[in-house]
Amino acid sequence: MPSNSQLSNRKLVIGGFFVLVVIIYIIRLFYIQVVDDRYKVEAQNNAIRRLTEYPVRGVIYDRNGKLLVFNEASYDLMVIPKEAKNCDTVGLCEILEIDKTEFLKRMKKACQAPNSPRKQSIFEKQMSAKTYAALQERLYRFKGFFVQKRAVRKYPKPIAAHLLGYVGEVSKEKAKKDSYYNEGDYIGISGIERSYETELRGVKGVQCAITNVHNKTIGSYMDGKYDTLAVPGKPLYCSIDIVLQEYGEKLLQNKKGACVAIEPSTGEILALISSPGYDPNLLVGGKERSKNFTKLYYDSLNLPLFNRALTAMYPPGSIFKLIGALIAQNDGLINRNTSFPCAMGYPPMGGKPKCHAHGGGKNLIGSIATSCNSYYSYVFREIVDQKKYPKFIDGYNHWRDMVMTFGPGTKLNTDLPYDKPGNVPSVKYYNKVFGENGWRSNTVVSLGIGQAELLLVPYQMANVVATIANRGYYYTPHCIKGVGNEKYIDSKFKTKHYVGVQNQEAYQNVIDGMQGALEPGGTAFSNRLKDIVVCGKTGTAQNPGGKDHSVFLAFAPRDNPKIAIACIVENAGFGNTWAAPVVTLMIEKYLRGKTLRPDVEKRILEADLIHGKNLIPEGH
Amino acid sequence: MGRNDNSMFYGVDLVTVFTYLVLVLLGWLNIYAAVYNEEYQSIFDTSQKYGKQLIWIGTAFIIATSILIIDANFYTVFAYGFYAVLIVANILVVFLGREIKGSKSWFGVGGFGLQPAEFMKFAVNLALAKFLSNRQIIVNQQFRLRLKDLVKNYKNTFYALLFILLPLLIIKKLQDETGLAIVMVAFIIVLYREGLSVNFLIFGLLAVILFIVALVVTNTPTLLISLGIIALSSFLFVPRTRKNLIIIALFYLLGAGIVFTTDFVYNHLEPHQKDRIDILLQKKEDPKGKGYNVNQSKIAIGSGGFLGKGYLQGTQTKYDFVPEQDTDFIFCTVGEEWGFVGSVTVIFLELFLILRVIFLAERQRSDFSRIYGYGVAAILFFHLAVNIGMTIGLVPVIGIPLPFFSYGGSSLWSFTILLFIFIKLDANRLLILR
Repeated sequence: MPSNSQLSNRKLVIGGFFVLVVIIYIIRLFYIQVVDDRYKVEAQNNAIRRLTEYPVRGVIYDRNGKLLVFNEASYDLMVIPKEAKNCDTVGLCEILEIDKTEFLKRMKKACQAPNSPRKQSIFEKQMSAKTYAALQERLYRFKGFFVQKRAVRKYPKPIAAHLLGYVGEVSKEKAKKDSYYNEGDYIGISGIERSYETELRGVKGVQCAITNVHNKTIGSYMDGKYDTLAVPGKPLYCSIDIVLQEYGEKLLQNKKGACVAIEPSTGEILALISSPGYDPNLLVGGKERSKNFTKLYYDSLNLPLFNRALTAMYPPGSIFKLIGALIAQNDGLINRNTSFPCAMGYPPMGGKPKCHAHGGGKNLIGSIATSCNSYYSYVFREIVDQKKYPKFIDGYNHWRDMVMTFGPGTKLNTDLPYDKPGNVPSVKYYNKVFGENGWRSNTVVSLGIGQAELLLVPYQMANVVATIANRGYYYTPHCIKGVGNEKYIDSKFKTKHYVGVQNQEAYQNVIDGMQGALEPGGTAFSNRLKDIVVCGKTGTAQNPGGKDHSVFLAFAPRDNPKIAIACIVENAGFGNTWAAPVVTLMIEKYLRGKTLRPDVEKRILEADLIHGKNLIPEGH
Repeated sequence: MGRNDNSMFYGVDLVTVFTYLVLVLLGWLNIYAAVYNEEYQSIFDTSQKYGKQLIWIGTAFIIATSILIIDANFYTVFAYGFYAVLIVANILVVFLGREIKGSKSWFGVGGFGLQPAEFMKFAVNLALAKFLSNRQIIVNQQFRLRLKDLVKNYKNTFYALLFILLPLLIIKKLQDETGLAIVMVAFIIVLYREGLSVNFLIFGLLAVILFIVALVVTNTPTLLISLGIIALSSFLFVPRTRKNLIIIALFYLLGAGIVFTTDFVYNHLEPHQKDRIDILLQKKEDPKGKGYNVNQSKIAIGSGGFLGKGYLQGTQTKYDFVPEQDTDFIFCTVGEEWGFVGSVTVIFLELFLILRVIFLAERQRSDFSRIYGYGVAAILFFHLAVNIGMTIGLVPVIGIPLPFFSYGGSSLWSFTILLFIFIKLDANRLLILR
């Protein structure tokens, strides 16, 4: 049995243990209080009030230096809930036109995570000038509230909404991932605003202010050593011609469709129209913005937010024959004088695909000018079944690869977000539909006339015609020709992309045919222009969803082309009836500033295809 | 100084009393700093916590004086009585009490509330001192491994543990006050001083270490194999007798048992307790969510630097970045405003008080006073270690106060009673041999 004196040695163990623990704690305290600076920095984040100075977003000019987008001051009402005690709640509610429950709701939101009663958060976004004026006078009565200046986008003309895109609050996920953004910050959500976000946004400035025990600002921290000035966003010089864009939007008003114009010698987009569109001024501001957005978003009939020029995929129809003609000539399968029979359709398959009565020669030039379906059914099968490729699949893949060098089925990598690739059906796809060896060139012969599963996006159509205008190459279409005052541009937009066909004679023949389309006997003869040689191609694209789409593409003038343009009007009928007048009017506007055909202009402007007001009898 | 046997302060250890007063005063100053608000500047404003704490302090002094006046025999005679009354009170509070922050552990009077669980500490201490004062905790060191011997040897240990475990279970299971319950564990130190086999402590320590290792290393086979290697290699260091063999085998089996039950125990913890453990072991980082308290607490203390930011100048504590900063996280205010120097001063003061109590306990002639003294030291140390440990991220967050420092009437009263009964016992050490 241990005596007490034996056990009393344990007092040393116990005392020693106590002392040991305390020593460990003191070492730890020494580390976090004296050695490690991390906590001091974090404490500053807690106690030094960081006022963000928001930079002005870059303005956007058109190709001639006219203003497309600028900024207007707007005012956010901020609150620090902890300081907002005993304030004139009723008065504030009156000015903001809210009731007490709404007031309490917002206060609660400002107190809860991620906000904090000690920190500022937005109470009312983007007040109107009137509200701001009324508030400013009485702000001294609202303790804890203050006004922070922000800028919102303004558009002098209500045009180019899809191209310019819009700015909105950054998503929670993005704010978490990207340290530049805090919740509540603005970010470009679509269009140029999105793709040039980093250039446009500038750099936020920070002012560090010390707050004392009473949570009042008592001066700048370290004499402003850590303050940074906001750097304004860079201006952008857009390649759009504001006049042409506005004119195009007017021509396509009350019609569904898209029109894209490109300057072939640079790849600069001159106009990018998607109709129906919307006034970009609708998507700025606080309350109004979300209301308008909801309205536009749920307009399922017109889909005004849907950018048809970049994201709608259409069957190209007859305009696709140009590519077939180029490939076949390049492969040495046809020449200028080659002709194929046409019996109101493609004879080998009992007159399918059908064709229409057309005069003129049946050679290559005439086949383009008159848009002979039979001719291009032959051409397609000549390409796919040529002797060089004993296996049919190889022939098909050769055709597909050649087509894709012109853009269809690929993303062109423009400077606009969300573009779609279109579709050139693959062997794999047809094997799945028809079974392996279950299909031949005749099965898919309508690809030759731009039908079947072939789908193109309007800006790709414009790029195809720009490529033909350039006789074999294109620059990636882009809508910004210069960033910042230095007006620099990504080198990828200065690179020539050569397509699969480089045979200059082939281009010569195709262009002759396109010119023929606007000459007597051609499909677009009624849209010929005085003194301007337009080379074009009509398309009347069948689609399973309804009436044919009216398609037209053209470039002008023939020599030294200045503009290449493609237009599609949904469910409108013949290419020559709707799309061709739009395109030729645009060409006139761009090349000579006005049209010499006021009657045509009037008809197009007044036509309302959405609500069924057709100014010309169908099938002229 | 003349000897005055009749004075109620005769024999009172003034060093202890003075340390106590300094701690209470510093505590109040820091509570004032923690809840300081420009709108309420009167220190007597009882709507504010520092105003209330003044009332608690005043009443605590009255209680302390009363304890010194009452005859020391009162505490020994009614030791079991106190224990029984408080056990009953702790059960009753569940049915009659007022619900505060989700647990029914408060008796309320107006704006003031008392938590009987806080007072359980001194009652357990009294009962334990009484029980152990005329019994040996282990009868015979040289015993054989036979059931009969084991029962005979460990009977008293078993009863002593019951004294501790009963209130622990009541407070934990009925009131759901984990912090107040777990404090009872501190009495193990008393049992150790009174002869509890070191094997118990070693095993307890190993169990804790194994538990933590098993939480970090989740691969069970690896753990069992390494445990086996340790068990086998321990033969190299101890004589290979049958007893040692059995003990080592027992250790191994129990160790394996812990490894297997770790997952079970861990999975049966409350979610917030799991989070606290995960954050401490750095298996999880969540500075804005579950780890918020500890992170903000470290920021506040760390930002104090060597000398601190000065009294009432703490920005972290002022702006409520640290939750519970007047109660369980009061040490943050000390760390931020008084810096490393202030933190060490406060810790040294607390440690000094504890070591002083041990010193006084060792000079007692009666077993009862000695055992009670160790109980005081153990309880105070446990609070100090856990409370400060959690504010600097070394111990999981368990809501227990810093003795004499934290805001709260129950804890201040309870610590005062605990300490002053011992001061009274010590003052009487020369008069009576209990």
